[in-house]
This record gives sequence, C-alpha cells and structure tokens, in this order.
Amino acid sequence: MTATLGVPMKRKEDPRFIRGKGRYLDDIVLPNMLYLALVHSPYPHARIKSIDKSAALAVTGVKAVITGEDLNAAKLEWLPTFHGFDKQMVLAFGKVLYQYQEVAGVIAETREAAADAAELVEVEYEPLDPVVDPFESMKDAVILRDDREEKTNHIYHWEVGKRDETDAALAASPVRIKERIVAPRCHPAPLEPCGAIADMNTATGRLTVYLTSQAPHVHRTAFSLVTGIPEDKIHIISPDVGGGFGNKVPVYPGYVVATVASVILGIPVKWVESRTENLTTTGFARDYHMDVELGATTDGKLTALKVSTVADHGAFDAAADPRKYPAGMFGIVTGSYVFPAAFAQVDAYFTNKPPGGIAYRCSFRVTEAAYAIERAMDILASELKMDPVELRSLNFIKNEQFPFATPLGFVYDSGDYETTMRKALSLIGYDDLRKEQAEKRQRGDLMGIGVSTFTEVVGAGPGKHFDILGIKMFDSAEIRIHPTGAGIVRAGTRHQGQGHETTWAQIVGEELGLDPQDLLVEEGDTDTAPYGLGTYASRSTPVAGAALALAARRVREKARKIAAHLLEASEDDVEWKDYKFSLKGVPGKAVTMKEVAFAAYTNPAPDSEPGLEATYYYDPPNMTFPFGTYVAVVDIDRETGAVDVRRFLAVDDCGTIINPMIVEGQVHGGLTEGYAIAFMQEIKYDEAGNNLNTNFTEYLVPTALESPSWETARTVTPSPHHPLGAKGVGESPNVGSPQAFVNAVMDALSPLGVRHIDMPLTREKVWQAIRGATA
Amino acid sequence: MFPAQFTYERARSEDEALAALAKYGSDARILAGGQSLIPAMRYRLARPGVLIDINPITAFEYIEERDGYLSVGATARDYAIEMSSPIRSRYQLLAATSKVIADPVVRQTGTLAGSLCHNDPAGDWPVAALAARAQIVVRGVRGTRLVSADDFLVDSFTTAVGDDEMAVEVRFPKPPPLTYGAYHKIERKVGDFATACAGVQLTFDTGGRVAAAGIAIGAVGAKALRVADGEMMMTGYVPTEELIGEVVEVAKRVADPVADNRGSVQYKREMAGVLVGRALRDACRLSGLKGEGASW
Repeated sequence: MTATLGVPMKRKEDPRFIRGKGRYLDDIVLPNMLYLALVHSPYPHARIKSIDKSAALAVTGVKAVITGEDLNAAKLEWLPTFHGFDKQMVLAFGKVLYQYQEVAGVIAETREAAADAAELVEVEYEPLDPVVDPFESMKDAVILRDDREEKTNHIYHWEVGKRDETDAALAASPVRIKERIVAPRCHPAPLEPCGAIADMNTATGRLTVYLTSQAPHVHRTAFSLVTGIPEDKIHIISPDVGGGFGNKVPVYPGYVVATVASVILGIPVKWVESRTENLTTTGFARDYHMDVELGATTDGKLTALKVSTVADHGAFDAAADPRKYPAGMFGIVTGSYVFPAAFAQVDAYFTNKPPGGIAYRCSFRVTEAAYAIERAMDILASELKMDPVELRSLNFIKNEQFPFATPLGFVYDSGDYETTMRKALSLIGYDDLRKEQAEKRQRGDLMGIGVSTFTEVVGAGPGKHFDILGIKMFDSAEIRIHPTGAGIVRAGTRHQGQGHETTWAQIVGEELGLDPQDLLVEEGDTDTAPYGLGTYASRSTPVAGAALALAARRVREKARKIAAHLLEASEDDVEWKDYKFSLKGVPGKAVTMKEVAFAAYTNPAPDSEPGLEATYYYDPPNMTFPFGTYVAVVDIDRETGAVDVRRFLAVDDCGTIINPMIVEGQVHGGLTEGYAIAFMQEIKYDEAGNNLNTNFTEYLVPTALESPSWETARTVTPSPHHPLGAKGVGESPNVGSPQAFVNAVMDALSPLGVRHIDMPLTREKVWQAIRGATA
Repeated sequence: MFPAQFTYERARSEDEALAALAKYGSDARILAGGQSLIPAMRYRLARPGVLIDINPITAFEYIEERDGYLSVGATARDYAIEMSSPIRSRYQLLAATSKVIADPVVRQTGTLAGSLCHNDPAGDWPVAALAARAQIVVRGVRGTRLVSADDFLVDSFTTAVGDDEMAVEVRFPKPPPLTYGAYHKIERKVGDFATACAGVQLTFDTGGRVAAAGIAIGAVGAKALRVADGEMMMTGYVPTEELIGEVVEVAKRVADPVADNRGSVQYKREMAGVLVGRALRDACRLSGLKGEGASW
C-alpha cells in the first residue's frame, strides 16, 4: 500500500459519464409518470386579471391546471428563501413581478400535450410600469412588493468595518481613486437544467422527490417546512447532476408545483425545465454595482478602502446566503492586502427581474469582492504610475502576519502571497512581456498584461456564525468497511461533476491504507447519506473532506483495538505506520487494514463490538482562505475590438492537494467560466424589462475554440486548522480570473487613456473605447 | 421546447416530394438539414402543418462539376462541400465559406440549398451565393426555372420559391483562371449568427487588373446585400489600397443593419467595411499578382 493522497488518480465516475451511463434526472422514468409544463408571464410587471383554464383542460391527456389562486387556497402560495429574509411566490397571484415568472402549471400524460396546453392557458394581464434599474427602484416611486409590510423597494442595508475611521483615513490620503465597478448580472447556466420528479405514494404517505439538488438534505427540510409533511416521510434523491455552480441550491417553483400535483393526483409528476426557463427564472448571479474607493500614500502604501454597493436582487430576495450574511462573504473585499482602515456596505433593492443572487461558483459574493479590489488596485497603480505587481507586493499581508485578522472581520488562516506571485511572474516571463509591450506600444500595437493576486474565503462554515434555515453549516461523513476491506463512504455533500467519488475515496484510502478503487462513494440520497449542507461555496473539501478524514481516523482507532487483539499485544504497543498496524520495536510483525477488517467481522476483540464503521459531523473552526496569482496576456485588434488572450497562467494555492489532476480540471473549467464572464456573458434587460438573453444563442457559453489555452501551476500553503491542510479549489478560477482578463485589456488600452470598461468586454465595447479615445 | 403538432411526409423521390408540395402548398415546409427549421419549430416560431422530408432522396446529395458550372444538390451537406476536392482546388470563396458555417456538428447535417431557402439575413451561404453569382434550379410540378441568387433571395426568410416548388440544385459558374476568393466574418463564438460577414470573388487578367468582381455582405441588412457599386469600381482596375478603401466606404453605405446583442448599427456597419477590406486584400494576396500600382 502506498500513498493515495496527492496522486493524480483517474476519476472513478468518469467512465459512466463519458460513456453515457450516468443517471441524470431526465433519465429517470417512473410508471404512469405525468409531465408538468409551466406557463410564464410575457410581462415583467402586470396585474393578473383572470386566468381561463378551459381550453388547456380540453387538450387530450391534460390532467390538471394549477394556478397561484389554487395554491393560495391550499396555503402553498409562498416558499421560503434560504436565508430567511424573504419569501418567494410559487405561482404568481395578484401580480407578476418579472418576465417569465411562473403563472400556472399544466399536468398532462405527455410532454407534448403539456406544452400544447400550456400555450392555451389564457391569462389576462393589466401591464404595469416595470422598474428595471436598481437606481430607479431606490427612489420608491413604484412599490413592487405590495405583499410586504414595509412599503419600500429597499431590502436591507448591511455594513462591516468602521465608517468614520475609513472616511477620515481616505480624506487624509494623499492619493485617492474612486471608480464605479459593476459585476453585471450573469447566470451559471449548468448544462443540465433544473428539474424534479415528485412521487407521492398514497398508500405509505411517503413522498419521494428526485431533484437536481446541490443540497438534498437541506431541501428535504425545506420541503417538510413548506408542505407540512413530516421529514421522515420525505425522501430526496439527487441523482447524477450535470453541473450546478450555485444554480441548484435554491428551491424553485417547478419543484413545488410538481410536488403539489403528485400529492393531489397520487401519480409521479416530472418537471424538467427548458434552457430558456433556466436562464430566465432560476438563480442568477452578481448584479453588484460597486463604488470602490482606495486611499494610499504617494509611495503606494494603502491607507483605506471603502466600498458602497447597490445590489439588484430582483423581485424576491432569494439569494441563498447564510442567514447572518445577507451580502455573503463580501467582507473579503480587502483581498490580499493590509488596510489600516476599511468599510464596506451593501444596499439591496427589488426590481422587476427574476430572483437569485446566488453564488455562481463562489462562496457567496466573493467573486464580486475579488473583482472590485483587484480592479481597483490596477486603477490605483495607474494613478501612482507604479507597476501593478509592485503595488501589490508592497501591500501584501506578510507571511509572519498569519493568522491575519482583517478590518472586515475575517481571520485568514495562512498565506504566502509573495512566493506565489513571484512564481507566476517568473513562469510567464513578466519582465520580458513588459519589454515586448513597450516595443509594441512604440508601433501602436495594443498589448496588455493583467494580474490578479486574489484571496478568497471558502468552506462555510463555523456553526457559531453560519446557518441556513437555522441549520448550522457543518458537514458529515459515514464510513463502513466491509469484511473484505472494501467499503462504502457516504457524505452529506452532493457533487455535480467535481470528482468526489474519487477525492473522497482517496482521503479515506490514505487514512486507512485501503485501495480507493474498493471504496464506493455515495452521496445525494437522504435516506442513506448522513445529514450535510451540500456542495457549493467550495465547502466540500474544507468541511466534508475534514469530516471524512476524521471519520476515517475514528475507524482507525477502532481498528487499532482489533489489530492489538490480532497481534496479541496491548493497544499502546501498536502503531499505525506505512499504512499498517505494527508492533512497536518488532520489525515485520504487522497487520494490514484488510486483515483487521476481516477480523472485525470474524474475530473481533473480546471487549469490542463487531463491525468497522464510523460517522463524523465536522463543524469547522474557521473558514479556509485559498489564494493565487493569475496572469493574462492579450492582444487587441484595433479595427474590430477583438481581444485575443494570447496566454493565461493560473498559479493556485489551495493548501494540501488530494488529487492534482482533479484540481487542474477544476481550474480549467473555472477559468473558462471566468473568460466567459469577462468577455461574453450578461443577462441584459431592455427598458421595458424584457430579458434579452433567453437562450444559448444570446447567452454565450464558450467552446474549446474560443477558450484560451490554460497554463497552470501551484504552490502549497496548508491550512493550519484543516485535518489534511486542504483549502478547496473549485471556485478559485472563477473568483480569480475575470479581473486578470479585464486588467489585461485595460492595460492594453491605457496608452489611449481608457481607465475602466465594465464586463463583459465585448468587441464593440472595446472598439468604442478605442474609437472614443482616438477620435 | 416541443414543436406544435405537424404531419410528417417522407419523400423517397423528387416526384414524391413535388407531389406532396402540390398537395399541401403553403402549409408545407421542405425538411433538408433542418439546422434552422427544427430549432425554429421547437421555439414554435415556425409552425408548418406538414414537413416533407427530402433526406431519403439520395439522388440529391451530389456535388459535381458539369459544363461550365458546379452543381450542388439539395441535400449535399456543408461538410461534403468543405471536403470536396474540386471546391477546395477551384472555388476558394465557397471553400472559405464552408469552413466557418456554424460548427462542425451543424455542418454534418446542414445544406447549402436549405440555407438559401431559409434565407436568414445572417446566413453565410446567401452572401457567398451573391458574390459567386450562383443560380438556383427551382422545380415544381408545373416545370423548372433557373433563378439568379439576386432574384432568389427576396427578403428576410423569403425567397422566390413558390408554395408548390422546391430548390433542387444550386449552380456556381466555374471560375475562370486567375479567380480568387475569400470569406470573413465576425461572430461572438463559433456557431453564433454573424455580427457581420463579407464574401468576395475576384477574377484578374494577366496584367493584375480586376476582370470581374463579386462582393457581398451579410448580417447587415434584411438579407445578404451585393456591393454592386464596389464591384463596378474595381472592374478594369489594379486593386490598390486606396481603391479598396473606397470600396470599403461603399460597402458601409450599402450596409443597413439593425442593432441587437451582436452590436449597434454603427458597429455592424463599420465591421461590414472592415471585413470587405480584409476579404479583398486576402483575394489580392492569394492571386500573387502585382499589377502596376498594386499595394501588396
């Protein structure tokens, strides 16, 4: 037996994914299953005057048509949002509040009949003036939510840090910059859209729901709270999930309507949304309008940071943040730098847009924060006429300052920012690139180099601060070793392609000296897996990964007793060494975990119970703080505004690495998303509140052809409080990369006097900036 | 994403297809590659009552050179055009166009004739058909017509094909010696509709003068547009940077785009000009001819 931790083992789950043998939600077909199609509002803001179901009900095969009024009668018209500040309509009643809002559900024997009948549900609307812009919304000229007691569109004010001290420090700073930096509304757009199959067994009273869920246990609790069905009578199964990125954390109206329909009809009901439904109704991301101010001395030492944000949350506040963190982990906005004074505030508003504000491959608003600080650092460098790399270096938190308490309330666990940055600069050949750039600028060529030295916060989270629906954000593991030394490993997380089936087996294999190939990993079934908070916010390895290691160590402690029995020695004389139990001082006298496992069932120690299994619920003592340095090199076509990303290097430090190949895969995927966000992706609305990006023709997902060739490297600075030293990596590339791209483009355009352009950096925006500057 | 109900007719021969057209008339649509029609039906933007599937008609799959022209049958796939050796060796504009249509998966199924019949304002083949001066063989139970691309491409999603007719073949005149072509487009990602596109085909005389010019632009109007004044300006002259600059200005005047997610009116118009310029320079470079006054 050799080490399994740190080995680039091929993913155990891939053969079934690659060969079409996965079992996704839409692969599941139950006997007599019916299909749900939803009717959506064409208006962003309108009063519903009447709904006529008769034509829809007349379509052959249609079993029922459900409206908001019907749900109202059953007191199921609202569903809670996860952090508990607001509620969300299941089906609109009274008013619709965004275009494509769910207005009615049609249940039929075939998908085609459901779709035909959905067209025939006649809804009479009285259109109202929409409020599309959060800066209009804040004027409260039109109150969107007449169901709320508070007659205002303002949802919450959140702040952290010291306002007065920061204002004073800024006023006293010899150099100041201020910029409005927008992280535009985008969408995670997982390739598999959301869906549910609800199956109410009227004989047992038990409801089984197959769900595209990143958090099946929390969803079971939420289903119980919404429907009043006892939690033991709800079984949630999250089958193979084709990407989530935060989009499959919330509960959506389609889930509830399918469930209500199955409960009423006693027949399974399937709902699978279309791409358009996914993009127009489910959890969006970002939509943060950030006024960022930095103060510094003339030689570049940072003095203060102030960020004031206007957040557009859409029609309901359905951001899936932990309860005490309405603006998520936005306090990470001080980034990798020492700030004597800092203050951040967020004000959120309702608009006539779909709800969401979910964490798109980031730990609750971390991407927005990282983007703001890393863009602002470049703007300050430009103001100071300093190299952006030297400005960063001058202000980095130094190694000896860890654990480092930031002015905005986090205690960073570990870091070595300078080493990581220097490694990146050396690998990319930074000095040579700057020389090449200087030569090209002489010729009028637009070449840019952009750097991002980000720090993120992941692994939510310590129970004393973090909860969802009141449930602490721990996670869990259960390990059961069979007589032959194979075993089953279960966790409260639910992967959506991240590779848990391999990573978890490697962790347990390492701790127990067992072959990961013989450790089956199972997640997503609430009847079998231990309760956990799920997979999002890069929390799986920091939280469940720790639970797995500690559960394995519990197994090992029991195994030690059995080993002592087998070695006919006292437990104190048995040591775990080289993946075996050995008798201290007696070379060659040892038993393997396989032998111990067999004995656990055939020859247990006289004073111990048979079997070999353990459970661990892990409440993390702190968050983890992965970091990295990303460098982008771009060339811009002056005539068309096209940006060619010539090179992109990501040097990540996510602490101890369990499987380097999986880490690299995660980084490649996240960088491709970051590239899309920087250059292509935005959910835009026109003034009338119409969504302009309702399918993949208009909301662009890059292919291999558009994506730059990614270069990756690593440094390893373990987390001091995680049992393995691991920090989590899934989100780093999405959190860290957009600003590297944008900084590179702005660097290229800087000779023209261009200071900032908001994402996405479309060809036309870049072209207009060039044209504006050269006109 | 389910189409409205429709009747499906499988045509096993040209006669069967024409008979079905005569029977159903305007309620029917021909299904060739289906790469535009089927998505439109799934969005319920198109609701034909009848689909007449001509894919079983293998006799329509040909690409062959005949007397003086290249014939492309109604179900010849874009991929086959891309791979065709006569096209690769002698029809540079068509070869360049075939490589940038949508993505490889779409090209496996999509057809040239179908693209012309669909006549999407952002389609690639209509632009190439204008610049290469294609003719389309249109047939119905009442007979056969030969229609020029200019007459065939009537308006957005509208062609000269009658309700009881179908396009059975597209013909491209065989390029004379010293003919060179190029196709350029701007798209936000592979498979996107063009933001703007331009196709050119230039025939030179031995002195490096342009003997015949075909210049067309797409995605910048209700349909693909011929830059006729530009063609005239070039004919008889050695192309210089100055002359190309003038043709670019003409192309920008011809362009009449609408704003959408791909760009503003101003941007698309400018890009139509940029792409015409790039395609013309490509064709000139490919010719290797440097007549007196040529600037490459």
